[in-house]
Formats: sequence, structure tokens, C-alpha cells
Amino acid sequence: MFEIVKKKVLADRIVLMDVKAKNVTERCLPGQFIIARTGEDGERIPLTICDYDREKEEITIVIQTIGASTEKMALLNEGDCFTDIVGPLGNPSEICLLENLEETKKKNIVFVAGGLGIAPVYCQVKWLHEHGVDCSVIMGSRTKDLLFFIEEMESVSGHVYVTTDDGTYGFHGMGTDQLKALYDEGIRFDHCVAIGPTIMMKFVCKLTKELSIHTVVSMNMIMVDGTGMCGACRLLVGDEVKFACVDGPEFDGHLVDFDLAMKRVALYKTEEGRKKLEFEEGETHKGGCKNC
Amino acid sequence: MDMLKRVPISEQDPKERAKNFEEVCLGYTEDEAVAEASRCLNCKNPRCVSGCPVSINIPAFIQEVKNRDFEKAYEIISLSSALPAVCGRVCPQETQCEGVCVRGVKGEPVAIGKLERFVADFAMKNGIEPKVSAEKKGHKVAVIGAGPAGLTCAGDLARNGYDVTIFEALHKAGGVLVYGIPEFRLPKERVVAVEVENVKKLGVKIETDVVVGRSVTIDDLMEKKGFEAVFIGSGAGLPRFMGIPGEQANGVFSANEYLTRSNLMKAYADKDTPIKPGKKVVVVGGGNVAMDSARTALRLGADVTVVYRRSMKELPARVEEVHHAKEEGVKFDLLTNPVEILTGEDGSVCGIRVIRMELGEPDASGRRSPVEIKGSEFEMECDTVIMALGTSPNPLISRTTNGLETNKRGCIVAEEEFGKTSKDGVFAGGDAVTGAATVILAMGAGKAAAKGIMDYFEK
Repeated sequence: MFEIVKKKVLADRIVLMDVKAKNVTERCLPGQFIIARTGEDGERIPLTICDYDREKEEITIVIQTIGASTEKMALLNEGDCFTDIVGPLGNPSEICLLENLEETKKKNIVFVAGGLGIAPVYCQVKWLHEHGVDCSVIMGSRTKDLLFFIEEMESVSGHVYVTTDDGTYGFHGMGTDQLKALYDEGIRFDHCVAIGPTIMMKFVCKLTKELSIHTVVSMNMIMVDGTGMCGACRLLVGDEVKFACVDGPEFDGHLVDFDLAMKRVALYKTEEGRKKLEFEEGETHKGGCKNC
Repeated sequence: MDMLKRVPISEQDPKERAKNFEEVCLGYTEDEAVAEASRCLNCKNPRCVSGCPVSINIPAFIQEVKNRDFEKAYEIISLSSALPAVCGRVCPQETQCEGVCVRGVKGEPVAIGKLERFVADFAMKNGIEPKVSAEKKGHKVAVIGAGPAGLTCAGDLARNGYDVTIFEALHKAGGVLVYGIPEFRLPKERVVAVEVENVKKLGVKIETDVVVGRSVTIDDLMEKKGFEAVFIGSGAGLPRFMGIPGEQANGVFSANEYLTRSNLMKAYADKDTPIKPGKKVVVVGGGNVAMDSARTALRLGADVTVVYRRSMKELPARVEEVHHAKEEGVKFDLLTNPVEILTGEDGSVCGIRVIRMELGEPDASGRRSPVEIKGSEFEMECDTVIMALGTSPNPLISRTTNGLETNKRGCIVAEEEFGKTSKDGVFAGGDAVTGAATVILAMGAGKAAAKGIMDYFEK
């Protein structure tokens, strides 16, 4: 049922897939995510929706291989099927809701996208472009080989700024440096959307707070069911406990406790690393490290 | 044979089973079942039937067991219940059918639950299936959630010729039966999957991976997709936490998360989904979910203590579960309540600070409310804390359905008798209405709503 109709390698360890998912395309909007599973006992992996085609009943997802489960997914080819895809999950982005369009049009919006966050940002920028809203996009990664979607992004935004941490492509520096540079040039934004690694979102928020730019972030927490049952995705937002799956994934970035979120996201690192090694090399490691 | 005493049932040795996930109770043999059935007095006014939320004709099926016509016994149960193998294992019979059994006045009540389980297991082993209705009514009904309430409602409607589709949010049907209740209490493949399959054989369609409120709304189901009535059996919602310091630390889990990882995702069998088993685990709470969490952690190799703020007498879990947990080596620290979760340098749990409690005046629930004893705080060392404090309703359906009333706790408002909600054609039951309760109460609500839906079409 969830057939992969297109697969494309975007960058090192990053693949794009167009997948049939009728249950998702009827109502999905930018900002929402899905949960995918492969194999009878496959793990439920949350992935942001990067694009969708309601007529063809297809969604686009981008997968970065970081553990055994994402590696298994990346090995699937065109014609193969995911065992399960469920969604759309989470709330749509507020600026991509028709009822908010008039408000959105009044804003001067900047997106800051880092790494895999480029894909979900594209989805929002494209929706805004189709609804007559032009916005600025700062997109970056550590190095040139990890960049993707530059042309796609330029086709939906007139102001795309590409950065790399090591200077191998575009602006030499981080997204925050580029944002600060634009500010120093006299460009004023009043709404920022930051999507990327938690540490990046933390520093974007630190800067935008100084610059008084309202900032929304998309929190990529650990989840099991993703529908509001397990509570794994909880985080603190302005001292209140929130669940990313039903209350988010987007939150006011100036209220999110990023340090706590980063600790929570790292919770299963040891277990995941072990499973990944097992998947890649077989059972080469048998205890002794005191972690397993 | 002493007619005052039950025929004993064999169980896995506690020391053995504390290390595996195989079923604890091994069930009656044919001869044992027949002997136990002969203890039934076949009362003229059977109190057990009124004690059963789905009104199984208990004396009738037990008489058939006594006559060794197990197939007939299964037929009788099937008329009232779609999930007998499940109920025989997880119903709190001691407070329902068996609690009012006349045999129980002088001796031990008839082991109705164990007999039900025997009959259902016999049917499974021998490939006996429930009978399918012939006459189709031509009405389309949507059921939300493939848990105990939804499966029961769907089964009853299908048996009466309705065209039923269940929409399930998870990738597997069964609801709490697959994600919540552990394998050692309720085997998933051998029992739950077979009974779900039986519901499908009645003609019920099950669509997994559909989150009603996100993938589709109730309004769309009724206005665009041709469903004339809807039953909401979406189950429990977000896990509750205590609101104490340290609760967001790594190592604090909701029972829902811990159990879902182990049961639904089969982390206990080292499948793809990781779990942190913990070395020293504290489970907070005293219900069945707390017992399930404690016994799961124990089997994953942890040293486990249950912390509960009232005394053993008020412990809401089933007696059998508490007994099994103790036999297996779970420790209980009663009249104790957490006040803070302690964290180490890396931000992970390293202990829990608790306070002793004493019982004061009875509260609204009639139970004596626990009161803190000043100055009695102490610390317990642990690396994992599992919170089993119940759930608050999931907002997805109520937020996206026009005209569906909820109460101030966020639960869907539904009449108890037939599950009617404030929206025409929409019925509800189970945890989505009552908040966290039991499998059989959800089944009772599903059954009542099926009756309500049939009445709705006849009018």
C-alpha cells in the first residue's frame, strides 16, 4: 500500500522518497509529520512531510540514516513498500493555514533551516509562495556535500542565502551568522521559523531574542505512537509540560527549554548505536562496555 | 472432591517466570474444567449474569462444559462476547461475576473466568469460529479504535448485519490489549490476534494507520464518506505526571511508554525499538497498569519497588496481579508518595525522594485520603521511575468534531445506557468517556452503544 514511487540520493546519508500514502494526503499541511515503519517488528520513526501531492496521493519524505531503522529504510528502493505510514500527525504550521493568510501576508518572514531541516522548511516556503507570500530563507549545513534542495528553494523564494560551516559553499559561517549579517545590513524581520538540529534552534532563538524577532521552532522529539498516548515527546515550554505530538511540533522558540530537550533526544543513543552496529556488522560486539 | 474449594489451576513457577515473558497461568485441562464446572449450582436467578458487564449466560455455558460439549459452550459465550479468551484472562471477575456467585457465600466462588478462558482456548485450538449473520442491513457504521470497546461494538453490529469499518491509529489492531497488557498476562499472537481475526470473520473491516482527527475527521466520515453512525472508542489519552521536580529527567517514563515499547514494539524480545530496562526501578501507582509495568521491568532484569500512597487495602489493582507480582519478587513500599525525582550530573535519574503517608478522612471516592506525615521524607536509590498514574483524554477527536460535547475533564460526554453523545448519530464508550478503566467495562460500553446504534437505525 505505501509504495515508494521515487527515490533519490540527495546528499551523503540523506535520501528523498515519494511514497503513496492515501491516508495522509487527504488532510496533510506543511508543518505536520508522519510515522513510518519497515518490517514486521520495525520501529516507528517520525519523519517530517516535505511535500505532498493530493491528486497522486503521494507524500515526499527525506530520511537521514542515523540508526539501524533509518538505514533499513534508506535501503528500500522504488517499487518497495513501507510496512506502515501513518499521519498526518502534529499540528500544521500556523503561518500555513488559510485562515491566517491575511495575517501572514503582513509579516516579513525569515526561515532558518539547518541540515535535514531544509526539507520541512521547503514545504512551508512552497506553500507560502503558492499563496502569494514571499519570504527569505537561510539554509545551511556543515559542509557542501550535505547540502540539498538549493534549486528547489530558489524556485519558491527570491531571497535564498546558503551557508556552510566550513565555507565550502556559499556564506562561510552558520545560519545565525548569516541572520546577524542581514540584520547588520538593515534588513528587519518580524517572524522567524527555525528548523534543524536542536542545538542550532537554540542558538537561533538566542539571537532572535536579542533582535526581538518572534521565533517558531519545530521540535524533533523521541516518539513512540505519535498520537498522544506514550508521553515520550514531552518537553518544557515556558515551564509547562507539552507533548510535541498533540501540542506541537511547533512551539514558541523563546519559551522552549532546549537544554532539557537535547538531553531527552539523546536518551537512547547507546541502545541505538548498538543496534546500528549489529545491523551493519552483525553481532561483533558482545558486552564488556558496561552499557549493554 | 471438596465442593467448597476450586479446582486448582497450574501456573508457571514464580522463580522461572520472573525471567521470561511466557504466560503465567497455564489454564485448565479438560478434566479439570469439567470438575470445576460441576461446582456450578445452575441458579434459577443467576446473579453472576447480572454481575457481567456483557451479560454472558454464564450458567448455560458452564452446564455445557459439565456435559463436555465445549463447542456449544463457546457458541453461548460468543452470543455475548467477541473476546472470550481475552476476558477469561484479564477481567476482574472477583468483583463481577465471581464476586456475586452463590458458591462464594460459604466457599470459593466458581472459577468462571478460568472456565471462560478454557472454552475460548478450546475453540481456538479446534478451529471453531463464531457464526456469521446472513441478513445484511445495508447501513454503514464507522468505529474509531480497535480496542476492547471498538471490537465489541463492531462485532455486535456485524453479527446483526451492519457494514462496519474500524479505524485504528496504530499499526496493529487490539488497542490496550496489544500495547498495554503484557505478553505474560495476555499472549498477543496466540490469543489477541486470533480473537481480532474472529471479529474480522464476522465481516468487520479494520483499517490500521488512520488517526481520526488527523487523517480524517468524524464530520468527513459522516458527510463525505457515507457513514451513517459512528462509535468513538478511542481509548485513553495522554499520560498523567505528578508535577514534581525532576520529572522531565531522562529515566522517567510513563507506564504507557514503557509498556508500549515492550509490548507493541516487542522491545522485550530485542526487536528494533529500544527500551531502557533499568537496574533499579521505582513504579509509582497502584493500579493494574502499575503491576504490569513492575512485572515487565522485573522480567527485563530490574530490581523493582512499587510506591503507592495508600495502603494495601486500597490498592486498586486486581488481587491476583498483586499476588503474582509479590510471588515474582516485586517489592511494595506502601503509604509512600514521591516528592522529588533526584538527578545526577548528567541529568539522568539517580534516586527519588519520598514521604510517608497516613490515612485520613474518606474522600469523594469513599477511600480514606492519604495525608503526608511531616518530616518523614527519605530517599530511595533508583535509575528509572515509571509513572502509572492514569491518563487524561486525548483531545484529537473532540477538537475536530463539531457539536461533540466534552466534560470539564475533557472526556466525551455519553449516556451510560446506550452511549449516545451530544452529536446525532455519534456514540461513544470506554476510556474516551470514563477515563482509564478496565477492558471489560470498555467492552460493556461497546456493547451498549451497539444496541444504541441499532435502535437509532430502527427509528
